Amino acid sequence: MARLGCRNSGPHPTQGGQETSGIAAGRSIWTGRAVLSTAVLVATTAFAADTLDPNALKRLVHQDCGSCHGLSLKGGLGPDLRSETLDHYDADVLTGVILDGIPDTAMPPWRPLISEEEAEWIARYLLAQEAQ
Amino acid sequence: MKTLILTLATTLLMTTAQAEPTATGDLGLVIERANGSVLLVDQSDRAALARIEGLGDLSHASLVYSPDERFAYVFGRDGGLTKVDIVTRQIVNRVIQAGNAIGGAISDDGKLVAVSNYEPGGVRVFDADTLDMVADIPTGSKTIGLVDAPGRRFVFTMWDTGETWIADFAKGDPKITKIPDMGKNPYDALITANGRTYITGLFGEDGLTALDLWAETPEPIRVLPNYGRGQEDMPVYKMPHLEGWALTGREFVLPAVGHHEVLWIDADTLTETGRTKTHGQPVFAMARPDGRQVWVNFAHPLNDTIQVIDSVSKEIIHEFKPGPAVLHMEFTPRGHEVWISVRDAGKVMVYDTQSFEKLREIDANSPSGIFFTARAHRTGL
Repeated sequence: MARLGCRNSGPHPTQGGQETSGIAAGRSIWTGRAVLSTAVLVATTAFAADTLDPNALKRLVHQDCGSCHGLSLKGGLGPDLRSETLDHYDADVLTGVILDGIPDTAMPPWRPLISEEEAEWIARYLLAQEAQ
Repeated sequence: MKTLILTLATTLLMTTAQAEPTATGDLGLVIERANGSVLLVDQSDRAALARIEGLGDLSHASLVYSPDERFAYVFGRDGGLTKVDIVTRQIVNRVIQAGNAIGGAISDDGKLVAVSNYEPGGVRVFDADTLDMVADIPTGSKTIGLVDAPGRRFVFTMWDTGETWIADFAKGDPKITKIPDMGKNPYDALITANGRTYITGLFGEDGLTALDLWAETPEPIRVLPNYGRGQEDMPVYKMPHLEGWALTGREFVLPAVGHHEVLWIDADTLTETGRTKTHGQPVFAMARPDGRQVWVNFAHPLNDTIQVIDSVSKEIIHEFKPGPAVLHMEFTPRGHEVWISVRDAGKVMVYDTQSFEKLREIDANSPSGIFFTARAHRTGL
């Protein structure tokens, strides 16, 4: 999915929507998010700059990831995300989880809403102490 | 004559000095999630009266009221249980009862306060007066959907194991009834205002599961299994809440999970009576107290919008954008106004529910839950 704030080109969100509409997928299959094109457009306005916006991303982490993981990331319905809990993961692994979610769990894919660069930024932010 | 006037004046002065009695029936508290504070508000004056601080991590916090509408028991994410006196506007007691909590309830007699915990998973029950623990009920699972039920009972459900337990405190030590097979990953639950039906929403499968608490041995009743069949599931960026019994005449309305719609269910037969497509993943679908309207807010990233559904036609009659991150709505007890917390605007906004006109904005720091004292007299709230 393309994001307005993402430099690498991909299909236009509207196109993506048209291409994949009508595909029925199970809850565990997270690819081809057709109907989300509106959501993508709305969501990306916050990140619509060419450069990453650390404040917007921090807000996303604490407020929106925080709805499951807790405002201070100590965990809730979702697991603890503090750096000491995560430090045995590589940033790449975390980036993948953020982008594609974990099938059969409550962790959704954030790929429709954020760019790969933004996911990578979030992964590094979580691994750094400053998140606390 | 002079003496009389003097006496009157003295009497007046004394009355003021002794502080007027505080009527709490039209007051409420707003959770300020980022700052660990609650804002005392006055419904009639549409105003904030005071800020009470020092309540810890209030992300995803909620509260219940004592039967006399004087004390609020605030359940914080960090396991804090704080008793707030809204007359003196101060914290009167506070305990850290667990590591990670999700919500609570107060018994019908107002004597027991129960908290459901993620870590350690289970329910802990406290004396409402002293906050001394009177029962510890480990469940081995993240525990959600805790409500009070008539007869000094609490009902709660396990996210990991899909069981619902009923803890009966009628006679001293709790008697626990366990009901397995409620479904995969129940995420929240509610109880009808009459205390008869408990219903839990499922995340791990399409559908809901109900219990008839009037039954001798309550059995799981599947409600709308496979309601999303044939539709693509969409990612859920915020779990919906089941709060209050959005009863609209003979039906109630609940958010679907992974589908952008609300579901209408016949309250007697628990069968589907309709669906209304919505703007996004609904978080709260709340009926105005008279049941004529249902107000719906949405998950990130569509959380700037509210839709209002007419419960007779089941059609959306109004849509507006109060501002960034609409987290909660609370109706005045008779439903003429609704208070809406708009987190990222730092405001609570008050709307007329007939004209949809905005009546007031009240400053608040990252406001989330709004709780009016009238909840004190309602089962399940």
